[in-house]
Amino acid sequence: MEQLEIGNAIYQTRLTSKFKNRKNWQRPDVRMVDAVIPGTIRKIMVKEGDVVTQGTPMLILEAMKMRNEIIAPIEGTIKKIHVSVGIQVPKGHLLIEFA
Amino acid sequence: MASTKKVQELKKRREEAQQGGGEKAIQKQVAMGKMTARERIIKLLDEGSFNEYDMFVEHEARDFGMDRKKLHGDGVIVGTGNIGGRPVCIFAQDFTVAGGSLGFMHARKITKIMDHSLKMKMPLIGINDSGGARIQEGVNSLAGYGEIFFRNTLASGVIPQISVILGPCAGGAVYSPALTDFVFVVDKISKMFITGPEVIKTVLGEDITMEELGGARVHSEVTGNAHFFSETEDECFGQIKSLLGYLPRSNTDVPARKEIKEPLKKYDIAKVVPAEKKQPYDVRNVIRSITDGSDFIEVQEMWAANIVIGFGTLNGSTVGFVANQPLVLAGVLDVDSSDKAGRFIRYCDAFNIPIVTLVDLPGYLPGVDQEHAGVIRHGAKVLYAYSEATVPKITVILRKAYGGGYIAMNSRHLRADFVFAWPDAEVAVMGPEGAANIIFRKEIATAEDPEKMREQKVQEYKEKFANPYVAAAKGYIDSVIEPWETRKSLLHALEVSGEKSVGMPAKKHGIPPF
Repeated sequence: MEQLEIGNAIYQTRLTSKFKNRKNWQRPDVRMVDAVIPGTIRKIMVKEGDVVTQGTPMLILEAMKMRNEIIAPIEGTIKKIHVSVGIQVPKGHLLIEFA
Repeated sequence: MASTKKVQELKKRREEAQQGGGEKAIQKQVAMGKMTARERIIKLLDEGSFNEYDMFVEHEARDFGMDRKKLHGDGVIVGTGNIGGRPVCIFAQDFTVAGGSLGFMHARKITKIMDHSLKMKMPLIGINDSGGARIQEGVNSLAGYGEIFFRNTLASGVIPQISVILGPCAGGAVYSPALTDFVFVVDKISKMFITGPEVIKTVLGEDITMEELGGARVHSEVTGNAHFFSETEDECFGQIKSLLGYLPRSNTDVPARKEIKEPLKKYDIAKVVPAEKKQPYDVRNVIRSITDGSDFIEVQEMWAANIVIGFGTLNGSTVGFVANQPLVLAGVLDVDSSDKAGRFIRYCDAFNIPIVTLVDLPGYLPGVDQEHAGVIRHGAKVLYAYSEATVPKITVILRKAYGGGYIAMNSRHLRADFVFAWPDAEVAVMGPEGAANIIFRKEIATAEDPEKMREQKVQEYKEKFANPYVAAAKGYIDSVIEPWETRKSLLHALEVSGEKSVGMPAKKHGIPPF
């Protein structure tokens, strides 16, 4: 039997796979730019080390036949680009990392 | 007297129609491990009871060379018959005829039998095995789906509607089953999804098989879209027959009474539930220790198993059971279990089936995922469904009933008719451990030995509040009973509430937290 704590009491019980597979919530980090939708990287307009202002278009993520411009959420230095042109990314995939 | 020649012609026409899509297509169907539409109907209905209608219906499509194509019965077989001696309406899509695709006349045959079932007040069974809309018939095919969905909605809560998925059921077609009461699926045969693997692959780059996306197991364990899972079509038909045995013909009818039997000796109610509140047990054994002959047919067994729902009989009459399941996730209420219970309560209420609720839960499941998935809205479904239900509602508190969970599980405050509790029951705002930590926070923090003080305070709280008598003193519990008195108390409560009648404020309909 597995255990589940509720109200300071520990219950002997079975856990479901849905419960076990749940993702622990993490506060979003503005320096990490993730894919908001699954799609294909069509174009990358910045390179590592670039200093960009907030709102600068960084790359084109094509999804559902729409070309989505991914813009810089903050002003800062681009530390690492985690994708390349032509690859398909799932939702939540890390695209660009700010320093 | 019909002339011999005319009779011969009728025979010939019937024979032709019964061939469906022809030998080759039938062989293909069999190779997929599936029965033909006609075999399915014959297997499911009482022997010799099937009466077929609209056998000679023909499609009217003219474009794309369709005018030269003859589709027997337009790909669907409809009629009436009996199951367990009680009448039903049935349709079965014939995958051997143009892939069971839904054209205008195909849909008209279905809607015609649906109209019959609603008019004559008898259950409707739909066997789905179709490639989807018949593209050649364009918007007429979409119109057909819409007409079916509309009738599913009209008939909802009036006649039992059962969907059997015995093949693909994709795209818009899935919404007819979704609007019906019970969906039956068979392993490796049933496939349901809105957009298939190919589209998902092209658009999103996700690689998934049909089985992984919308197979019988997925809908039974993950999505909750299916209510009954089986390994074979034969087993599936057996399940449908037993389920119908618990249901009325319509909302103005009562289910056929069954033979009254005592519960089986092997389910000893005094031994099922451990006194220690953190120890698990299978609440289905409590149900079986109460029902006639220990019968119980569980609905959505594999999904949200932390709550158990299903039908059994007490004194020969159908009762719906809703029970927290301490064996899984300690029996908590969460998004899925609330959704599951809420809908089932409304089902019972719509068809005049009394509800027995067995309570043993530590509360709601904590977690960001639950809060962000809208547990507030989903949890409210249980409150709404119980409050709105006017059928006899009886509650038995087996062990714990804490906090919001206590209120939600058919408490007196939601107008339960009878609330019983076992001597071990604890009705409180929260469990002793949590309560002591809050109430005696200071004493515990400042004590020389905080752990010892905590234990002492938990014990103190347990002695004072962890019992059924605080709630009984207010009349929230009608009677504290020994476990062996449960069946007797339920039988009596059901007997006296047979003529129950309560008024509800006049309204068009409420706004349940969908």
